[in-house]
Amino acid sequence: MDSKKPGRRGFLKDSAALAGLAVGAARSARGQAPAIAAYSKKELISYGERSRFVTSLREPAEGRPSPDSFGLVFHVVTPLQDSVGMITPSSLHYVATHRGSFVPEIDPREHRLMIHGMVDRPLIFTMDEIKRFPSVTRVHFLECIGNRSKPTHKSVAQTHGMTSCSEWTGVPLSLLLKEAGVQSGASWIVAEGAEEVKGASSIPLAKALDDCLVCYGQNGEAVRPQQGFPLRLIVPGFEGIYQTKYLRRIKVVDRYYMTYNDYGHLQQDPKVVALTVQIGPKSVITYPSAGQQLSGPGFYDISGLAWSGGGAVKRVEVSTDGGRSWRDAELRTPAYRMAHTRFGFPWKWDGKECELQSRCTDELGTVQPSRAQVAKFWNEPLTKDFRVKGADNTIQPWKVASDGSVHNGNA
Amino acid sequence: MAMRSLLLPVLILGVYPAAWSQSPTYGFGKTPSAEEIRAWDISISPSGKELPPGHGTAKEGAQLYTRKGCAGCHGVTGSGGRAPTLIEVKGTPTTSAMPGMEMGIQPPGLMATHAPFATVMWDYIRRGMPLNKEGTLTPDEVYSLTAFLLYKNGVIKEDEVMDAQSLPKLKMPNLSGYTPPPAWKHATPRLQNYP
Repeated sequence: MDSKKPGRRGFLKDSAALAGLAVGAARSARGQAPAIAAYSKKELISYGERSRFVTSLREPAEGRPSPDSFGLVFHVVTPLQDSVGMITPSSLHYVATHRGSFVPEIDPREHRLMIHGMVDRPLIFTMDEIKRFPSVTRVHFLECIGNRSKPTHKSVAQTHGMTSCSEWTGVPLSLLLKEAGVQSGASWIVAEGAEEVKGASSIPLAKALDDCLVCYGQNGEAVRPQQGFPLRLIVPGFEGIYQTKYLRRIKVVDRYYMTYNDYGHLQQDPKVVALTVQIGPKSVITYPSAGQQLSGPGFYDISGLAWSGGGAVKRVEVSTDGGRSWRDAELRTPAYRMAHTRFGFPWKWDGKECELQSRCTDELGTVQPSRAQVAKFWNEPLTKDFRVKGADNTIQPWKVASDGSVHNGNA
Repeated sequence: MAMRSLLLPVLILGVYPAAWSQSPTYGFGKTPSAEEIRAWDISISPSGKELPPGHGTAKEGAQLYTRKGCAGCHGVTGSGGRAPTLIEVKGTPTTSAMPGMEMGIQPPGLMATHAPFATVMWDYIRRGMPLNKEGTLTPDEVYSLTAFLLYKNGVIKEDEVMDAQSLPKLKMPNLSGYTPPPAWKHATPRLQNYP
């Protein structure tokens, strides 16, 4: 996507031709002729769409066609290479489903949420009732456990596109659990969706009472169907599988239930288990990134995203010499807890081959590691195929060639 | 921060249930009947306490495997189909035939040898199968199909009856092959000493 080089001349020509209004329009020379006729009444009045010159699109995650031979949609990635700011447009939010899934069509008037199990007062809520509770709005990222850079990946969408960030609105789960009255001895909850497989996850009660949100809003509107309409449980900082879509039931229990969504993530090594729940501090440069092209030596504003499941991003550093030296980047957005944070780093490229990296430090003081550090931790040789265990939060290197082309440094 | 310093000692002492048992503040929602809860509650604990009445054997499961169309995706022998392998055949690769599954999760096929509890298989089959007719299997059918896969993978004998009592008692081959998730604590790194 050449968003860095807007085709202003083409825009002027097209909008003028479509609108037939360019002649005599005082500002037409700057490509701002009103082009009302180019847009439908629906678009002008009731629902605005993005410009037809903006073509940024999601794509299936590498490795599995989507829809697959069963007609199931699997993982779809966000085009991070085109991203600005910290919010992912809902239409471009990544999609992941446990085994591949259809999107259910749920009438919110029929939808119910039941809370039961080890509670004093089992309760069933309608959507209207859930919306009567005092609401909370927070910005949180989601990330799939499968979001890992592979040597074969040729864009930041493929290496990192299974993370997105939205403003979520809903009711604190702790408030609903208080209404039901959690009983002594409870230690886990099971959260379940209403889709065809009733996908369910076990979540520690301590997390459920801490900061989980039962959300009906995403980016100022209803949660999108692919994201769990009409109700989604947001478990901030936990890997994607816990973010239960189409939430219909919460059961308070006294043990880990090893239910539908838990099963696929079972691991034997306690260290790997610990690295498979909460997302570690992570960052990636989205511009310039693999597949993009620098037009020649000169000034570039290196831009990227940082996030952590452990809290807020405290610091992002950028290296332009392959990790030998590091300098602080600027945080260009508020750094909310468990949210994407945009960073920027003014850079003058001298036209020589180089390697760009970023690393993030979160509010707990945890620093994003390199692949070399992680391989050393596991006592394994660092090869191209070395696979980071658990969630992969390692540093992503981008190689800039002398012709300005950018490539995956892990290749 | 003020909020956190108030909450933390409460969580550490583990006395929050008492505090949470207070009367509701808002009073929204209605109380479900016992029947409503039973109809909705499809969670199955590894203890098996929610398993419904019913029973099944491998022989019944073998017939269902054909009749319900399982073979169409998983293969006539339980391997070699488009969908994940269900029955291990010695000398045959057990790849899931579903690219992308290597992203970090277990292929959902060979549960008889991988699942630490047989209840997990029961839960998975009832929720997830058959494709496009999920949730339509009766408890007897789920017990039978579970028994069939357990028998074919060498976990039980062909004539063993699977029901709410016998299923949770099975010693599964991979019982010790997993670790439950660690206790989660607010504002704590995921693994100490990890780089």
